Amino acid sequence: MSTVSTASGPVSKGGPAVPAGGGKGDDGRGVRKARPLRWLPLAPATVLLLLFLAGPIGYCVWIAFTNTQLTGSSTSDFVGLDNFRRAFADDNFRNAVWLTLVFTFVSSIVGQNTIGLALAGLMRTASRPVRTATGAVVIAAWVLPEIVAAFLLYAFFRREGTLNAILDWLHLPSQNWLFTLPILAVSFANVWRGTAFSMLIYSAALSEIPKEITEAAEVDGANGVRRLWFITLPMIRRSIGTNLMLNTLSTLSVFGLIWAMTRGGPGNRSQTLPVFMYDQAFLKSLIGYGTAVALLLLLVGALFSIVYVRLLKVEV
Amino acid sequence: MKRATRVRLASDAALAVVAAAFLLPLLWLVLSSLDAEADLRVRLPSSPTTENFQAVLTDEITFTPMLNSLLLCGSATLLTVACAALAAYPLSRYRSRFSRPYLLTILFTTCLPITAIMVPVYGLFVQVNLVDTMYGTSLFLATSQLPFSIWLMKNFMDGVPTVLEEAAWTDGASMLQTLTRIVLPLMGPGMTVVMIYTFIQLWGNFFVPFMLLLSPDQLPASVSIFTFFGNYGSVIYGQLAAFSILYSTPVLLLYILISRRLGGGFALGGAVKG
Repeated sequence: MSTVSTASGPVSKGGPAVPAGGGKGDDGRGVRKARPLRWLPLAPATVLLLLFLAGPIGYCVWIAFTNTQLTGSSTSDFVGLDNFRRAFADDNFRNAVWLTLVFTFVSSIVGQNTIGLALAGLMRTASRPVRTATGAVVIAAWVLPEIVAAFLLYAFFRREGTLNAILDWLHLPSQNWLFTLPILAVSFANVWRGTAFSMLIYSAALSEIPKEITEAAEVDGANGVRRLWFITLPMIRRSIGTNLMLNTLSTLSVFGLIWAMTRGGPGNRSQTLPVFMYDQAFLKSLIGYGTAVALLLLLVGALFSIVYVRLLKVEV
Repeated sequence: MKRATRVRLASDAALAVVAAAFLLPLLWLVLSSLDAEADLRVRLPSSPTTENFQAVLTDEITFTPMLNSLLLCGSATLLTVACAALAAYPLSRYRSRFSRPYLLTILFTTCLPITAIMVPVYGLFVQVNLVDTMYGTSLFLATSQLPFSIWLMKNFMDGVPTVLEEAAWTDGASMLQTLTRIVLPLMGPGMTVVMIYTFIQLWGNFFVPFMLLLSPDQLPASVSIFTFFGNYGSVIYGQLAAFSILYSTPVLLLYILISRRLGGGFALGGAVKG
């Protein structure tokens, strides 16, 4: 289990950690006289965060209500909610929302989450070499840079790629996946890249279920499915919540993978919201409109973040 | 056959199938890099060769982009870790009305989709003339990793006992001295994790430098690999694979380094489960 339980590494979701120990109820701390100067070390980080994170977010809110364009140098008027009205009337925008939902549902909620849980569960009963090898392969897919993963999966799904070679060999019909089902191809690519994270979270969660409980259920005659449904899943429900939340948040902002594999095409058939935003803002030079879309994406992300922070119930 | 053995064999078989599916794209990467006539299918090279590697090991394709990546991500990592260590200290050691809201805001920020703010960031960078500058991009990269680094660093720092610090304070050490001479050395492994984790994240970041850097001689490997080989028309797939391997190796090695070093459940994945 050593490769797997060492769960550190590029958590693609930037998931925050819960205090491992200490930090709570430490009455010994902070007994010195209150001096504002001792908060000075916070300054560099705070300045950076305000300048490069809060600044752009504020700017985002402002630009989203204007008709700023890249080309027209001085035209930047306040247009109120026009950009948003335009978005909701725009077929391409609705298409992007729909594809984002499909992409998130297939790749994060169904794919990464379920396969991650299945892998973590199987690893508990598998023999050591198989377990180690599987862990290494799945984690390698996760550690590889995004753009390399995109090339690999592009090669895999192309007409002359490996997937069709296998289908030919099995005498199944092959097709040009990136053309016929682009959104599924990029979803599977995201599953390939992101499953390790769920696997690591669930491995940690499953290892904390006391053996006695599972054994007691076994003695009482509960079969595998019943044990999973009535014992395992309820006991790891918080991990499931956290994992779903982090998966969804990271899937919402996937850009490089889709851009390198399909550029949102063919047509707009794999154009999720981040790709749509980029396309409108830079390729069509409608900065105002693109930013309005970005703001919507940011709001959805913020909503999920708040739920996540509430869910963690952190004590800080 | 005993039941335990049956269960183990079934699990092994199921895992092997999934592992094979995950392995195929990786296999293509390795085999193609050694095949001068590589195409998009997984197959053994007829005569393995290092031709592809020799072809991409030039200033233009490999060395300049890798050096740019190193400068960009290295400086951003150092900045992030320094700021995070400084910020984590008061947050971990002192209590105040505003430390809880501050930390909750930080936690909230770790989850925000950075992708969504790239359009306004680009707009701002154009206005203050930071676009297409390495230091501007580096500053933004550093900031994008800062919330999570502060959070991690604060949690690692919480694990360091305060007894030694109190002794140092009694001896009249300043806060900065206490931090650099006592606290940080005690949390060496934690610092290493934050540093390597930040670096790995930045090394693979495509979107930020893709948006903020324009001149070809400043592009890091993540973007140059896309612009060199991204025009799928006449790609030499063997070379693409070779360069991908060269570009991925540093992060794979760094990952192995921290996963070995940490062991056990004490780490991000385990800690993140809530």
